[in-house]
Amino acid sequence: MLVNQMKNERRSHLLKFLEKGLRYDKRKLDEFREITVELGVSKNAEGSARVKLGDTEIIAGIKMSVEKPYPDTPDDGNLMVGAELSPMSSPDFESGPPGTQAVELARVVDRGIRESKAMDTKTLCIEKGERVWTTCIDLVTINADGNLIDAASLAALAALRDTKLPEYDEKEKKLDYKSRTNKKLPLKKTPIAITVYKIGPHYLIDPTAEEEELIDARLTVTTSDGKLCAMQKGENSPLTIEDVDKMVSLAIHKAKELAKRL
Amino acid sequence: MEKRTDGRKLEEMRPITAKTGIVKNADGSAMFQIGDTIAYAAVYGPRELYPKFLQDPARGILRCKYNMMPFSGAGERVRPGPSRRSTEISLVTEKALLPVLNLDEFPNAVIDVFIDLPQTDAGTRCAGICAAAIALADAGITMKELVSAVSVGNVNGRIMVDLTYEEESTEGEVADVPVAFMPKSEQITLLQMDGEITREQLIKALEMGKKACKEIHAIQKATLKEKYVGESDEE
Amino acid sequence: MGLLVKDKEIVTPGEDLALGMDYLPSYGTFREGERISAAKLGLVSIDGRVIRIIPLSGKYMPKTGDTIIGKVVDVTINGWRIDINSAYSAMLSMKDATSEFIPRGSDLTRYFNFGDYIVTSIINVTSQNLVDLTMKGPGLRKLGEGRIIHVNTHKVPRIIGKQGSMVTMVKDATGCRITVGQNGVVWIQGDQPESELKAVEAILKIENESHISGLTERIKEFLEKQG
Repeated sequence: MLVNQMKNERRSHLLKFLEKGLRYDKRKLDEFREITVELGVSKNAEGSARVKLGDTEIIAGIKMSVEKPYPDTPDDGNLMVGAELSPMSSPDFESGPPGTQAVELARVVDRGIRESKAMDTKTLCIEKGERVWTTCIDLVTINADGNLIDAASLAALAALRDTKLPEYDEKEKKLDYKSRTNKKLPLKKTPIAITVYKIGPHYLIDPTAEEEELIDARLTVTTSDGKLCAMQKGENSPLTIEDVDKMVSLAIHKAKELAKRL
Repeated sequence: MEKRTDGRKLEEMRPITAKTGIVKNADGSAMFQIGDTIAYAAVYGPRELYPKFLQDPARGILRCKYNMMPFSGAGERVRPGPSRRSTEISLVTEKALLPVLNLDEFPNAVIDVFIDLPQTDAGTRCAGICAAAIALADAGITMKELVSAVSVGNVNGRIMVDLTYEEESTEGEVADVPVAFMPKSEQITLLQMDGEITREQLIKALEMGKKACKEIHAIQKATLKEKYVGESDEE
Repeated sequence: MGLLVKDKEIVTPGEDLALGMDYLPSYGTFREGERISAAKLGLVSIDGRVIRIIPLSGKYMPKTGDTIIGKVVDVTINGWRIDINSAYSAMLSMKDATSEFIPRGSDLTRYFNFGDYIVTSIINVTSQNLVDLTMKGPGLRKLGEGRIIHVNTHKVPRIIGKQGSMVTMVKDATGCRITVGQNGVVWIQGDQPESELKAVEAILKIENESHISGLTERIKEFLEKQG
């Protein structure tokens, strides 16, 4: 409680801005920072992308491999998502195995892609029950300045789109990473994660680290063509059904805007 | 005969680009690219060191962490997290940088250097050291001089500088010798070797490396100055 | 023999600045035999025979007498631990915290609580870089509601200006209360969000453009502009 008191002073200061529809960097509450997406940033990855949301920067890289499918999905390709909150990207991140924040980040990105059925996983089967393509997405933060989930989801999607499969020799059952085919991943959907942040009575998107520190709650809503496919509520304060309704509708709206720009 | 697979001369490095200030949150940072190998380095500190038992009351501590991004290598995915390889490289990187630093100024504190590679094609530890030296200077750390590093080696009797992955994996007698120099005082701060090389070849390779490091040094200096061009002390 | 660089030139660590014994090495430089070389990235400053480096980057190093802004990170049995945006945190002891007598065993959070920002002054820095602070002095106080921003420590003199002229200009034009700590921490509070945003923008503009000549004029113009 005591710790919250000062946070409350800083929070109430920010609230005065939000009441006037202003943010510390002069944006509107429902406005993204400048977004840049750069493809093919790592040659050895089968696909890669660098996404910048203002000063937040994340690289996503895809490695393809051929593995045994899971027993319950014998003719589906596998998907794996990993995230590293690199200690390079913030004084608050430490080296070591992924902590809860990194694991949450990876899982939220994973769910968005998996549950939207973004990939036609059946076409990634080589031999049922024996060999399927595994798509491994790794996310690495370069500079962390708030809203990592949206940046990471966008980077993952861009990297998937950038991916070209390596040559696979069916007879030898060997992958040749050196020769890349023109085959793309079977991407059918465009899952976009938008996290809506709540502070006091206000909803906002894409906070900087300075704003993010003061928020009450957040809700990540992943949609694909306006349809909900994954959600994650975060931070400590509860939400009402009315909150959720407003946050979801803002997320759907912003996702459509973002999808147009991709 | 003298040309290499990618058309370079024996003493010719791949193209190099470098940039400072690539990580806004860090106290100092740099990117160093040589050929297809890209290293990012970010410096945090000097800052307080916890847990406390790691502190040295006589001087500050330098802590380097070398990390290949999981998708950065040729071939299979690199498992994230430290490996025996990355732990060793982190150690030799620390030893390569320490001779130019004066850590007496910062008792009990730590300078953290994080090196991350998004894309690799051999020579990664050397690229990491080059980036780290720029980042340390960018962070305003006191240094006697910079450190520059490059790999040299022997490919079937031909002594060359800055080997690619393809050259390193040539059949026959091959040696890879990563070397770091304090380019001004011409002293070696990193030296490793694996493969086959004669004493005479080694000395020839080191001389070649020394010359290459001086070229790298000029690039490192220019990169640092570029960031601060136009700075002055008065109106 | 003699100088190898020009005054105000940017140099990198290891660069030779002068040869021979005519010059004296000062801050950020070292002598090795005949040579004086730079030990830091920065601007060369030649003052008579003395050569030093004016650093352009790097963490704040605590100095006795500096007025800084710190954040309470811990409350101990006899005082407070303060983060001063440096390699070292500092101690504010009970006796230096207030002119009021604080009885032993008091709840110290009543004076300064976790997360509070304070304007404080450095009274001592030991060779081990243990830093002691005081709250006794003009202008030293706990900061209330407002915004905290961080700027490059080496730009603080430019933000303050000669005899405080620059920051005074920003205060007057925006009506904001502004305190600039020597450690690069700045506190800003305006009655209106719009004017506070203007003040923050002005300060960041000074930080980013301090090396382009005509700074005062430019900032004045910026502050006079509407919106």
